[in-house]
Amino acid sequence: MNPESRLARFPFPLRADTYRYSTNIEPARVPVRTETGEWGGVLLDVDDDYAADLAERKRILKADPGRLQVLPHVRPACWDALLTCLRELAAQRPDELSLRCEGGELAWRNDLLGVCARFREGDDDALPGGPLGFLGSQIQDDIVLLDQREGALWADAGLVTFASGWSLRFDVGMRFDEVHGPVPRVHEDGVLARAERFLLRLRPGQEYRRTNWSLAAGGRLDHSAESSPEWAADRARAATARGRELAALVHLRVEVQHLVRLGASGALLFLIRTYLLPLAELARVPAWRLRLGRVLAELPDDIAGYKGLTPFRDAAVEYLLGS
Amino acid sequence: MTGLELVVTRSAEVVPGVRELVLARPDGGPLPAHPAGSHVVAECGERRNAYSLTNGGAEPREYAVAVLRRPGGRGGSAWLHERRPGDPLVVSAPRCAFAPVLTARRHLLVAGGIGITPMLAHVRDAVRWNRDVELLYAHRPDAPAYAADLDRLLGERLRRTSDRREFRGLLGDALRRQPLGTHLYVCGPAPLMELVTDTAEAAGWPAQRVHRERFTAAEVAPGTPFTARLRRSGRDVAVAAGTTLLDALHAAGVAVPSMCRQGVCGECRVPVLAGQPQHRDEYLDEHERAAGTCVLPCVSRSETGVLEVDL
Ligand code: HEM
Ligand code: FES
Repeated sequence: MNPESRLARFPFPLRADTYRYSTNIEPARVPVRTETGEWGGVLLDVDDDYAADLAERKRILKADPGRLQVLPHVRPACWDALLTCLRELAAQRPDELSLRCEGGELAWRNDLLGVCARFREGDDDALPGGPLGFLGSQIQDDIVLLDQREGALWADAGLVTFASGWSLRFDVGMRFDEVHGPVPRVHEDGVLARAERFLLRLRPGQEYRRTNWSLAAGGRLDHSAESSPEWAADRARAATARGRELAALVHLRVEVQHLVRLGASGALLFLIRTYLLPLAELARVPAWRLRLGRVLAELPDDIAGYKGLTPFRDAAVEYLLGS
Repeated sequence: MTGLELVVTRSAEVVPGVRELVLARPDGGPLPAHPAGSHVVAECGERRNAYSLTNGGAEPREYAVAVLRRPGGRGGSAWLHERRPGDPLVVSAPRCAFAPVLTARRHLLVAGGIGITPMLAHVRDAVRWNRDVELLYAHRPDAPAYAADLDRLLGERLRRTSDRREFRGLLGDALRRQPLGTHLYVCGPAPLMELVTDTAEAAGWPAQRVHRERFTAAEVAPGTPFTARLRRSGRDVAVAAGTTLLDALHAAGVAVPSMCRQGVCGECRVPVLAGQPQHRDEYLDEHERAAGTCVLPCVSRSETGVLEVDL
């Protein structure tokens, strides 16, 4: 994407000069005005990186098919997620994307990618990768599906190729609180318990969103536990880089996460859309430069450590707040 | 209640005393999808009653409910029995507290009388996704509502009777026969629900595998009106029943930051100087609640006629 539109659409997440974890949930689809433009008006953001991101996902998935995980009992939820998202895409871009019902079959047409598919709901073999694998080839978001039972939410399926330091292969089948086991503070502070109570009560069709952020070395979307050999070198380089070299290498990594209670299956659809902005570009916006600098300078060590930004935190603060 | 304004498209007595109402949007457009076991809260004249949806929940264009006339009841059912095609009807968006547990190895459904309604949706969903399901249905001799539909959907997997002794026998048998990992779902008159859950307990069923349809309380009550007194600006803002304090403040031009508007994020927190808040949020802990020195205006209200806040 060209730097101007990247900046204009970037979901800058920091609302104050200090940052702590909170149950930061808000209604979806409400646009947010920023210093540079706007984000958040849609559920599924299709941008200029669409084809490139999907090609990257395809490459990762081919090398490591375990990025797609589906426990058998959530198959209906996978179909529900697929149809819900395809309908959503079609409503958003009717000129290029359409889902039609033709003689008991569904026909999906995606002119952005040059893809056509015909299938019957429930026929997993009709789509490459099954319903969830196919959905992952049409939207840029990573996908997790949570089943609700026994008064809890369970991460029972997903397609995650752009994770930040975790692995779906490891987390699949876990409860919401277990998934968050490694996160500091959120358990003691009640942040997570409140979030879960809220999510358990979401009614069919309700949609919310939240943001999460971190710093990452290198511009790749895949920062998963599995791919650490690939990004370890950039990380090592960032630990000693300064000034312009650091600002080109280190990125603010923002996840816009959507939480959607699906209708027919009742499952919770969790979508994670990742955006990257090098500090050098971010610094062109003085308000962002100052705010990120101040947040990083004040961030408690446990949160900084968990986010994996300790090795280059001081250098980033120096770059952002220095003269 | 932010309701769906629908019209009755069909109204028919399916068995004596049970009327099926089919509802649609006035323009025939799509309705919110919902899982099996969902219900809507219908505004029936002065009353609000919960009714299970019997239709399939994927991309519905019609909602179907079945209403048992309760002669001694509070009047909602009699009012609904008078609805005819073309009449308007307001219902809530669907909610669900009785969905199938998808990890179950088998689903044993037990219904009595009008309690068949949520089971009809369960059966449709189970058949559609090829889940192992079995239904035991007790009904009055003259009122086997939906028996023909169920026969067609389930065949051998449906057992029904209007004889109490036979029902007890079939129930005891069904509860003993199930493989480990079966989940039991019950809906019907209170005595039947009790009989089924007691029998299950005696047969060693763990409570987590026994599900009863109990309709959840209709939407948070609108609350009573009160006045918000703003200490700093010296203004009084009236908060009507059904309006949140946050909305009343915004309407009066008072800026209060907010995010979730659901009482979970804490963003809208406002200090309280006098009066007693009525906490309805998930955010404050027990101490903060008891102290009453702050309030989350997106959901909470006032116990006292006036609530003075630091704004
Ligand atoms: C309102 C709901 C949620 C809240 C408040 C929440 C909160 C958080 C927070 C604060 C973190 C740490 C992020 C960081 O500092 O980088 C985190 C990490 C994470 N969250 Fe959530 N989360 C929510 C929903 C979900 C859902 C629905 C899933 C789906 C499975 C999920 C999966 C994860 C995972 C996998 C991690 C990384 C954990 C690791 O390090 O292994 N979250 N979450
Ligand atoms: S806006 Fe989130 S608690 Fe009020």
